[in-house]
Amino acid sequence: MKNLKAEHLLGIRDLAAEDIGIILEWADHFKEIINRPIKKVPTLRDITIANVFFENSTRTRLSFELAQKRLSADVINFSAASSSVKKGETLIDTVNNILAMKVDMVVMRHPEPGAARFLAEHVKSKVINAGDGTHEHPTQALLDAFSLQEKLGDLAGKKIAIVGDITHSRVAISNIHCLIKLGAKVKVCGPTTLIPKHMKSMGVEVSHDLDETLAWCDAVNMLRIQLERQADAFFPSLRDYILRFQLNSERLSMLDKELVILHPGPINRGVEITTEVADSKQSVILDQVENGVAVRMAVIFLLAQQMNRN
Amino acid sequence: MRPLTLLNAKQLDLTLNRLALQLIEVHGDFKDTAIIGIQRTGALFSNALIAKIQQLRPGLEPVQGLLDVTFFRDDFGRRRKPLQAFSTELDFPVEGKKIVLVDDVLYTGRTIRAAMDALISLGRPETVELMVLIDRRFSRQLPIEPTYTGKRVDSIDSQHVAVKWDEKGFKEAILFDKTLDA
Repeated sequence: MKNLKAEHLLGIRDLAAEDIGIILEWADHFKEIINRPIKKVPTLRDITIANVFFENSTRTRLSFELAQKRLSADVINFSAASSSVKKGETLIDTVNNILAMKVDMVVMRHPEPGAARFLAEHVKSKVINAGDGTHEHPTQALLDAFSLQEKLGDLAGKKIAIVGDITHSRVAISNIHCLIKLGAKVKVCGPTTLIPKHMKSMGVEVSHDLDETLAWCDAVNMLRIQLERQADAFFPSLRDYILRFQLNSERLSMLDKELVILHPGPINRGVEITTEVADSKQSVILDQVENGVAVRMAVIFLLAQQMNRN
Repeated sequence: MRPLTLLNAKQLDLTLNRLALQLIEVHGDFKDTAIIGIQRTGALFSNALIAKIQQLRPGLEPVQGLLDVTFFRDDFGRRRKPLQAFSTELDFPVEGKKIVLVDDVLYTGRTIRAAMDALISLGRPETVELMVLIDRRFSRQLPIEPTYTGKRVDSIDSQHVAVKWDEKGFKEAILFDKTLDA
């Protein structure tokens, strides 16, 4: 088994395909551990990790915190709402103050694209990007790839569709990079206004027809319509979006195969996906949440292993 | 120094015979006993041990498990080589069981310490015994001693003991200088 080449997890774009493979392999071991009666191992008992969140998050923050606790790391949580950031402190000062308390690793979510890389260049600590604006969300892409592998096996040659708001979605960007590195074929589908122009240069197919996309793919990742990131109106009405892009059982019943259905959450039930489909057997939404803890344990474990404790 | 053979295949068969009989003497029908091999090479040794028990007492089917101790080691971040994990396969509760931990080489005792932690994190066994094929005596860093021993050897820190297995089973146990290895 090898060490990661990457020294931080900032995004999938600059991550070697081999590193992705190593993370997913370790995630397998951690999934076994979190399904034991005693779900905790003492491996990281002398490591301290700060979760620094400048943007709201429930699932990701809980998932990171659980991953850290299952590995016996010490955890401190920090959210911008209750911090000195409000008093005008800079990002580097904030984090250096946390590191001065002997913290080894920082998990950060920030609204600015590139914030994680900026931090990694300026502070002495391991950095994990838990989402930076509309840029990347690497652990989500890794857990989606892990969940897909569980259902489809090796992803090389598999057809994966990502549906919804691609422009404002860091999940979509990280997923595309990750799937392409694993050899999968990727198609994005959504309204013209929500698909960025550079998709084709990334080797991704583009469609505006959900039925055609569903007929093509082996698995579909339904993204949430992110109303908080849309200052302008990108589609005529919610009703229009639902008519064209909602995943529902009528659409699925027209197919002669069982698709694997993913959703990064939180779900807008009745908008991009119906309740019936979200709760169906084909949906792996809750597997994704479980796998998220295992994948994050793998990332934290592998980065911690690079730190020399001698 | 040329690599020194500690046990060849013939000698191992004799040793394995004795160890299997000792276990049968103590554990009888193995009703409440489980033999747990420590991943990776201890697991291979446990396979050979169970095959030997079944050869001596046809019909006996001791419960076998495999235990990976990677996440319980005390040298995380202090090793030169990256860690490698293997699967833990215990499809029975360890609660109340008489456990025989099995490993091929006992050296500092740290792996066995980790194995006991890993085991106890899965439940409370009634007893835990330790069987090793090769005991590198006088090298312990923790107060751990085997219950059953195949062969005791004297060795120094710059030496390495390897038990080699091929697809048919045991090949040999050898002692060599680490410098030769590099």
